[in-house]
Amino acid sequence: MILTNIESVPGMRIKAQCGLVSGSTVRAKNAVLDFGAGLKNIVGGELKSYTELLTEARNDALNRMIEQAKKLKANAIINIRFATSAITSGAAEVYAYGTAVEVERIEG
Amino acid sequence: MFDLIFLIILLCITYFTGSIIEKNHFKKIKQREIRLIKKPIITYGTKRFQTNRPVKKVELVTGEVVISGDYFKNFVASLKNLFGGKLTPFESILDRARREALLKMREKAANASIIVNARIETVLLNNIYIPNSVPQCAIIAYGTAITYDNQKKL
Repeated sequence: MILTNIESVPGMRIKAQCGLVSGSTVRAKNAVLDFGAGLKNIVGGELKSYTELLTEARNDALNRMIEQAKKLKANAIINIRFATSAITSGAAEVYAYGTAVEVERIEG
Repeated sequence: MFDLIFLIILLCITYFTGSIIEKNHFKKIKQREIRLIKKPIITYGTKRFQTNRPVKKVELVTGEVVISGDYFKNFVASLKNLFGGKLTPFESILDRARREALLKMREKAANASIIVNARIETVLLNNIYIPNSVPQCAIIAYGTAITYDNQKKL
């Protein structure tokens, strides 16, 4: 699966459009992480455990989107956008959406 | 009385830890930025990208970071809220976080030739309904990394 966030796939030609695909995930921080992050909150700095959580969430959202695209028999997703929103304190939603397309390599 | 002493001690500690952490972080960011200068080239807002050169690989690259402010900065900001004006302590937090996220993205695409249409998405994680809660923000930077095939001639 080729993923891009521009309107085409460089070096390839778009053969058919399959439609909009999307994937979302909501992740909450757990109590153990929360304790460490609470201390970090006072002194400041990057919250490494939350960063990992966000990476996981982003991967999940992308994978769900890719599964949808596979069902539509697409081999690439173009124009991918991420949208994020805070639902409650400490829980974040990551939403990924894009256009599933069928591409083929330009010969020559 | 005890509360006031506790507050002053907390402010002193967080002032030192916060400024040390921030200084170190900025130093690291600068070093990494110098190392990665123009490697890969990065463009923002190029939706239509066309090239005649042979392309080897196209992939989506991302970098994410969650960062929080410290207690001292929050205290200063809440004082500043009375008078208005620039909230410099929070500016530096967001600046740090965005640069860190971009750097993480670029490090993942270190072998690529160009990153097209880099975008930065921000979300605040703290509860805005609790007054004086320390701000935390999550930032995702993403873009399309394109690697040219240098062996093939046009």
